[in-house]
Amino acid sequence: MAEEKIIVTITGQDKTGIVAKVATTLWENGVNIEDIKQTIMQDYFVMIMLCSITNSKESFSTIKERLTMAAESMSMAIWIQRKEIFDRMHTI
Amino acid sequence: MDFDVNNIMETIDMIKVHHLDIRTVTLALSLRDCCSQDTKTTANKIYDKITKYAINLSKYAEELESEYSIPIINKRIAVTPISLITESIDKPDFIHIAKTLDKAAREVGVDFLGGYSALVEKGCTEGDKRFMASIPEALATTERICSSVNLAGSKAGINMVGVYKTAEIIKKAAKLTKDKDGIGAAKFVCFCNSVTDNPFMAGAYCGINEPECALNVGVSGPGVVRWAIENMPKTADLGEVANMIKKTAFKITTTGELIGRELAKRLDIPFGVIDLSLAPTPAEGDSVAGIFRAMGLSDAGAHGTTAALAMLNDAVKKGGIMASSYVGGLSGAFIPVSEDAGMIEAAAKGVLTIDKLEAMTSVCSVGLDMIAIPGDTPAETIAGMIADEMAIGMINKKTTAVRVIPVAGKKAGEWVRFGGLLGEAPIMKVNTADSSVFVNRLGRIPAPIHSLNN
Repeated sequence: MAEEKIIVTITGQDKTGIVAKVATTLWENGVNIEDIKQTIMQDYFVMIMLCSITNSKESFSTIKERLTMAAESMSMAIWIQRKEIFDRMHTI
Repeated sequence: MDFDVNNIMETIDMIKVHHLDIRTVTLALSLRDCCSQDTKTTANKIYDKITKYAINLSKYAEELESEYSIPIINKRIAVTPISLITESIDKPDFIHIAKTLDKAAREVGVDFLGGYSALVEKGCTEGDKRFMASIPEALATTERICSSVNLAGSKAGINMVGVYKTAEIIKKAAKLTKDKDGIGAAKFVCFCNSVTDNPFMAGAYCGINEPECALNVGVSGPGVVRWAIENMPKTADLGEVANMIKKTAFKITTTGELIGRELAKRLDIPFGVIDLSLAPTPAEGDSVAGIFRAMGLSDAGAHGTTAALAMLNDAVKKGGIMASSYVGGLSGAFIPVSEDAGMIEAAAKGVLTIDKLEAMTSVCSVGLDMIAIPGDTPAETIAGMIADEMAIGMINKKTTAVRVIPVAGKKAGEWVRFGGLLGEAPIMKVNTADSSVFVNRLGRIPAPIHSLNN
């Protein structure tokens, strides 16, 4: 089975515990974090994670739902998308 | 494995702020095996086939919407022109067939079903005549059915009998839906050189040359193109602007193809085409007129608009072609007045007129689209308007179309409000000079010569 990669993008006001909370939620759902990048864009904290859901027992929609709940509890905006959309759009 | 933060943020901005969306996933379905000699048998076969093939369309589309976080605005079905499917029925009850199509569309949860259509560019059969007479009532008694008629072609000429009949269909469809500002006419379009794999309404149908079924995708994003041009310096020359449009069209198209192929795979049907059409919506910023403004024209309709649209339409196709092996449908820029906030504004100011729109249709991807006109416009004048538009398509070997709404009881300057994607618009002034003797000659305008191109 092909590797299933997702990109998790979290944006909002910087505060303590963002990485911990998101990483815990990912771990609880069997999602492996392969890379993390953080930056400040237009005064907003932006964290982007490349993750693999290949070995997760949960469905994409369950993972998305739980991550969304975790982000919302910290008043952060979150986007969870399959990685192919970025690969296709930005590569010839 | 690497990923680029800027690319990811750009994609999210395109979707979240600039209205990049999959406008429609359209299941094209052949109904050629549904013919019979009896209305009920044909209707039952149609219902069973549509519900069998489309049962998972909405469900899978919603799954993909979530997985890629890109909105899929409409789910639609396009079927074989119903005039062909009903032709062999003895005393057909067309309204029963139309209501069956509507019921099947509702059952599978699609927004629109297109293909209540006839192809009469060379002339009408007895079946076509009976069928066309049923169109106004079919549109008035159904909710999700869209209808179209192909009246002309570059190799067939213009069927002027059909043109006149169509003008009467438009008048009647608007009158029968008077209580909803003539919305019946907004669900009907007539074409020159109609396209057999177009996923956009009102003109989608499954051509007789198409396979059993296919998944066609319509992707849109005028807001994204506007944004890309706005980010360029005002001094950037038009070659650079054209290049930026191509790059943006490429990004939009690859996204559409990804979703289309994935959905086709899940539905276990072939992927058809991706139609990259800059289709505006009434939402702020999601406007083709906004692209003209970003290019440097104060309003849609200013002198220079036709040139700007020609460049836009061509650059969109060039970018799209590079992104997918199967670009089809109408691919280009639409200019529907009531569906585009910038066009509505320009029409209300009086700087965008029907005459200017007609000129623009010679270089846009389709034609006169979603234009509200006074309800007392004679059928002969509408027929003249259609004939002009058909002539532009026939001579220039392109698709052209007319979707006008003669709003019963309303005059130029008054407003109509259709709601949703169909938007709102001021009723535009129509030339009142008389076309009646010309259009009453009927007959067929011969196909043009295809050499001596000057």
